[in-house]
Parts: sequence; structure tokens; C-alpha cells
Amino acid sequence: MSSGKNYKKVAYYPGCALEGTAQAYDRSTKEVGKALGLELEEVKNWNCCGAMEVKNIDPKIQTYLSSRVMSIAANEMGHDVVMAPCNGCYHNLKKAEYDLQNDQESRKVVDRISTKAGHDTYQAGQVETIHALDWIRDEIGEEGLRERTKGALKGLKVANYYGCMYTRPRHIFPEKDQGEGSESTLTPHFMDDLLAAAGAENVDFPLKTACCGGAHTLSDSDTSTLLVTNILKAAEASGAEVIATECPTCHSGLEMHQIRAEKNFGYKSNVKIVYFTQLLGLALGLKPKAVGLHENISNSTDLLREKGIA
Amino acid sequence: MENVGTRLADLPDNFDASQKAGLMLEAGEQVLEFWNSAKGFEPTQSRKEGFRLLALHRQGAKGDPSFNACRETCRELVYHFNLVTMEPDHADTEKRVEMMRLVAMHLYLFVNGKMQVEGLGEFCCSSRGIRQEAG
Repeated sequence: MSSGKNYKKVAYYPGCALEGTAQAYDRSTKEVGKALGLELEEVKNWNCCGAMEVKNIDPKIQTYLSSRVMSIAANEMGHDVVMAPCNGCYHNLKKAEYDLQNDQESRKVVDRISTKAGHDTYQAGQVETIHALDWIRDEIGEEGLRERTKGALKGLKVANYYGCMYTRPRHIFPEKDQGEGSESTLTPHFMDDLLAAAGAENVDFPLKTACCGGAHTLSDSDTSTLLVTNILKAAEASGAEVIATECPTCHSGLEMHQIRAEKNFGYKSNVKIVYFTQLLGLALGLKPKAVGLHENISNSTDLLREKGIA
Repeated sequence: MENVGTRLADLPDNFDASQKAGLMLEAGEQVLEFWNSAKGFEPTQSRKEGFRLLALHRQGAKGDPSFNACRETCRELVYHFNLVTMEPDHADTEKRVEMMRLVAMHLYLFVNGKMQVEGLGEFCCSSRGIRQEAG
């Protein structure tokens, strides 16, 4: 649910994945923003959000790392909204916000390290962290998208896959589950809403928040491959031609394990994996290259051409 | 535990949709029984919202927030059970049975994976450091 803040110009925190494996997500997010008249100002000299590695060693260091990003946005750039398209970054900034609001020890650690590092200590509530889904849904809205896209995704059957970090754990997302207009942690729908507004046909997909085994993709690849294979099967059984993603970890996991599923388990699936921002960009009339369609491992170009979308 | 996966992969042809749904719900309960027993709990016989599966999930998540990674999966399983058994003659019943099978299969794969590598789902769902005690 919108906080009532203006999202027309927000601080942009791409995080490391969007500079690496998920360049297409970064590119398409920026291009969609431009096409919609929204402005992104990248957080200066940003650092890692703490991801999973730091958090597993010392969660308070992760809280500090995420707080530094928010401190720069608020205290050095004057922003009160940070938009993070990566589910991991979004999750970690939200978690840091929660910890700083509720845990005295976290506040002490963050203050100590911030002072040592020579920047203002982030105070809980200085910024609101939002996801790219909130950004577009709250600033442009479904009606706004409908007018701009004129049903361009018509005929495309989409399974919307949100992954795990966008909704869990519930307590770090106090704005969710607030009734009409707010996002649901049980059955998230913001991506469904946006793509439907652009004309897509969303299928009933019961595994939209199911674990893809992302964190164990290297240490226990077979478990991850089996989990992803089942997600791909469910998407296909639900009639989807495309899985829309909003998390770089999920996206690369689905792409990698789609290949591995065929190689190691003999399961071939034809469902394509595309960032939701790429689909929205195409619906807004952007060229496939502009939204980085060529940068995906999963080749959706032929399908989207056939449908008259790309 | 592997037997559950095999049974889900190969549902009996001579069962009708409601019988298949019952079998899959039972398979889900068995998966959670394995998990709860491994955690040292006597698997509960109680029900939550009318379903033992949901009570078993709640029991299994006690002290282990990462187990909430399959909370929605359990609820989807119950939802599909209701769809299939309350509207057995619906045009989509066959599809609903297949979706329920894939949801049950996810529960099996996730819990089976988590019993081998406990950290599965840790990063995403618990928001708690695995070495928190060291800090």
C-alpha cells in the first residue's frame, strides 16, 4: 500500500546482482522508468547489502551495511524513498529497518560502525524502502499502465513467480497484508496486476512464492534443480508460456536449473523466463535490445516475436 | 520419505479425483510427520482450520522460522484439496489434481532437501543468522 509518498523521483539501489548476472533487469528497470517519466538517482558509492554471506556470519554487520545505503540516500542525497528491484537487497534493507526500529543492540552496533566509517548514522524511518513493483504500481498505477500499453501483452500466458524474499518473513513488511490495495504475503499479486494491466493473461500458479533452493544452488545443486524442475512443471501445467520474475536470484536459478534439469534429469521445458520489467518495457513499445532480452539465457525472442510483442 | 515422492509421482489410475486428493493430502501430512519426528516432536494429531496438515506445519515451524518457507505450499495444498473435493465435477478437475500433485511434490522436495541440508530456506525465510549464537 502506498505510503502517500511521491515515487516520481527515488533513490535507486541496484545492488551487485544487477551489475552482474542481472544486467538485463537493471537495463529494463531503467528503461521502463524513463518510458514512464520516472526518475532514478543511483545511490552514490553504494555497498553490498550484506546478502546472505555476511548475514550468516554476523547479522548485525548486515544491518550496518544495509543501513549505510539508506544513510547515504537520506543524509547525503536527500531522498526519503529507496527503490531496490533485487529481492535480496529489498529484503535486507527492510530487515535492517525492522532491526533498527526494534533492537537496541543493532542501533548501538550501527552507530559505532557508522561513526568509525565517518558518515551519519541511519535512523529508522528516514527512508521508505520499496520494490520496483511498488514503484510502478503506486506511481503509475494499473490504469496508467493500461492507457500506455493498450493491451500489448495480449495473448501471452504468464506465471508470476515472486520467490521467497519478497514476502518473508512477514514481520519485516508491515505495509503488506493491510487489506484492499496492499500486497499479500500469502498470495502476492502486484506483478500479476501490472502485467494484467499491460494485457497479459495470468495463469493460476500455486508455486508463486515457493522456494527455488537459490541459496543452495552451488552447495546442493541437485536439490535446487529438483525444486526448480517442479516449479517449471507447475508453470507449464498451468498453461504458462512465460515465467515472469522480479528477483535476480530466482531468475538466474530458474534459467540455470532449466538447463541442468535437461542435462542431469532429462526434463526439457519450453517455458521462457523473463523479468517483469522486460515484459513491461516491450509493452511500452521499447525494443527487445533496450530491455536486454538478448542478455537472458532463456531465449524468449522467438515466442515474443510470434506473439507480436517483441 | 522417498516412498512419498514415488507415490506422488505415480498416482493410481483407478482412483477418482477426490480419492487422489485425499491421498495427496495424506502424503503431505506424512512428509511433515517425518520432519516433526526428526525435530524430536511427537507429530500432532490436532487440526488447524480443519486440517491436520496445517497443524503439523505449525508444529514443525516452532523454533525454526525457515520452515515457514513451506507455509504457503501447505495452504495451497489444502486449497487444492478443497477445490477438487468440493467441486469434483468441475471442468478443471483434472488440471486441479495435477496442480495439487505438483504442489505436494514441492512440499516433499523442499522438506526432503531440508532434512539433508537444514539451511535450505534459511536465508530467504527466517531472516535469522545461522550463527547468531556466536554473535
